Amino acid sequence: MIKVKKLSKNYGAVEAVKSISFDLNDGEVIGFLGANGAGKTTTLKMITGYMVPTEGSITVNGLDIIDDTHEIQKQIGYLPELNPLYAEMRVYDYLEFLAAIRNIKGSQFKDALSRVVEQCGLRGVVHKNISDCSKGYKQRIGLAAAMIHDPKILILDEPVTGLDPNQIIEIRSLIKSLGEEKLVFMSSHILQEIQATVDRIIIINQGEIVANGTNEELMTSFMGNVLLTMEVKGAKVESIKHIQASLPHVKFISSKKEKSIQTVQFEYDKSKDSREDIFKYAVKNKWSILKMTPKTTDLEDIFRNLTMEGGGDA
Amino acid sequence: MHNIKTVFYRELIGFFNSPMAYIFLVIFAIVNGYFFTNRFFLFGQSDLRSLFDIVPLVFLFFVPAISMGSISRENDIGTMETMSTLPLSNYQFVMGKFSAALCLILLGLLATFIHLITLVFVGTNIDYGALFSGYLGLSFMGASFAAIGIYASSLTQNQVVAFIIGLFMVLIFYMLDKTLVFVPSSLAGFLQFLAIDYHLSNMSRGVIDSRNLVYFFSMIGFFLFLTVQTLEVRRWK
Repeated sequence: MIKVKKLSKNYGAVEAVKSISFDLNDGEVIGFLGANGAGKTTTLKMITGYMVPTEGSITVNGLDIIDDTHEIQKQIGYLPELNPLYAEMRVYDYLEFLAAIRNIKGSQFKDALSRVVEQCGLRGVVHKNISDCSKGYKQRIGLAAAMIHDPKILILDEPVTGLDPNQIIEIRSLIKSLGEEKLVFMSSHILQEIQATVDRIIIINQGEIVANGTNEELMTSFMGNVLLTMEVKGAKVESIKHIQASLPHVKFISSKKEKSIQTVQFEYDKSKDSREDIFKYAVKNKWSILKMTPKTTDLEDIFRNLTMEGGGDA
Repeated sequence: MHNIKTVFYRELIGFFNSPMAYIFLVIFAIVNGYFFTNRFFLFGQSDLRSLFDIVPLVFLFFVPAISMGSISRENDIGTMETMSTLPLSNYQFVMGKFSAALCLILLGLLATFIHLITLVFVGTNIDYGALFSGYLGLSFMGASFAAIGIYASSLTQNQVVAFIIGLFMVLIFYMLDKTLVFVPSSLAGFLQFLAIDYHLSNMSRGVIDSRNLVYFFSMIGFFLFLTVQTLEVRRWK
């Protein structure tokens, strides 16, 4: 379990991460979402011990990131952003090197190797040079490197960036299956990548956590009003504009006339479905309804609204 | 110790996986061989002085070239992040890098044994003690330059910049005792003690003085310490 408390990181005068707090529980796949430069990578670098926080604390299974850095690093598998690899090495040698540093040798290494080769689908490339592998394979090699010691915690910084759609689906399902027994914390700046894979989403914007919850929780707490778009014929402009006089919970937004068809927009609160009232009002005022389309806010809108003001590169 | 060995092997294999090690060893052997054979028969003495004179000059350029990529390349391609998030201390990382660079330098020196063998065959009254201390001095000089080069490499992401900084620094230590005539006499003794050539020339003559050993060990220790500190400071930035 990871506990992040009032974590801040300053790069000189720039505050990349501003006093953020969250908990990550075992057996959970958590998405860390934010626009480019929102502070995702900086946060992950602090959790993995690559950077020291300016303020605040990170504890991993009760261990402190500053006092017990190496103990924590033994429990974490990390795939950095852009997946750096020693291109001149063979895949086998690279994994053997990382395993050796983690004190996995001999038959233990053979077992670990066959496990990650199986999980990451590396069978055909184990004895190839990393530089000869495709981008998709390189990403899997990075994942295999992060998993060679079978860590309880996996931290993945933009794990599917740059992959083609088939590869994305493969990596997603791998991450999902890993999440059954591990804590997986993965970052992304693309909502769809995260939405399909994770149990919970944390959204960061300009160094601050702006949302933290499951898909449903985010929808409930951030879903705004319903926007109803109608196409009507034979409606008097007054009856459209003054709808609020008869239906106080419905607000007129806009109206546009093209030939004989009028496109009208109303808004009402998500908690009270007003379509029936509007229909009855239309009948009373002798409008012919051609079309009626309600639009609720989806997660994409929530994400866009929450991260509208993008920051610099952090 | 185990982790130092793991980094050492990776680094050494890295040298031999790229053309770097081969180019170094071949050119090192050719340059030294050319200058040695040119002057050896002129002196007509049974020693390796002509070799011991030229190797430091070759080291001036070659050692910064060997060590220029050791950390700067990791910074450049991003593998430094992978290394720093493994249960591996900066000290172990730097020591592994240093031992690999030193190993390559010693291999280069080993290639000059061909001249030693020539000397054994054609020479008379050979002073083996002086040969031993001469080689020991060159090894220490190579090690000191490697420590300086690795420190220079930790300061940047660019290998060329690392090479230039490294070259500049080793040149300072090499040239210090050549500038003594220009400095006040009160400083001269101190500067002479800092000059690497001064300590090497003692050893080339067959004298192994504890002051020389203290100097070399301090140089190596100091620059490796600075390198570890540079890596440590980066985490806090």
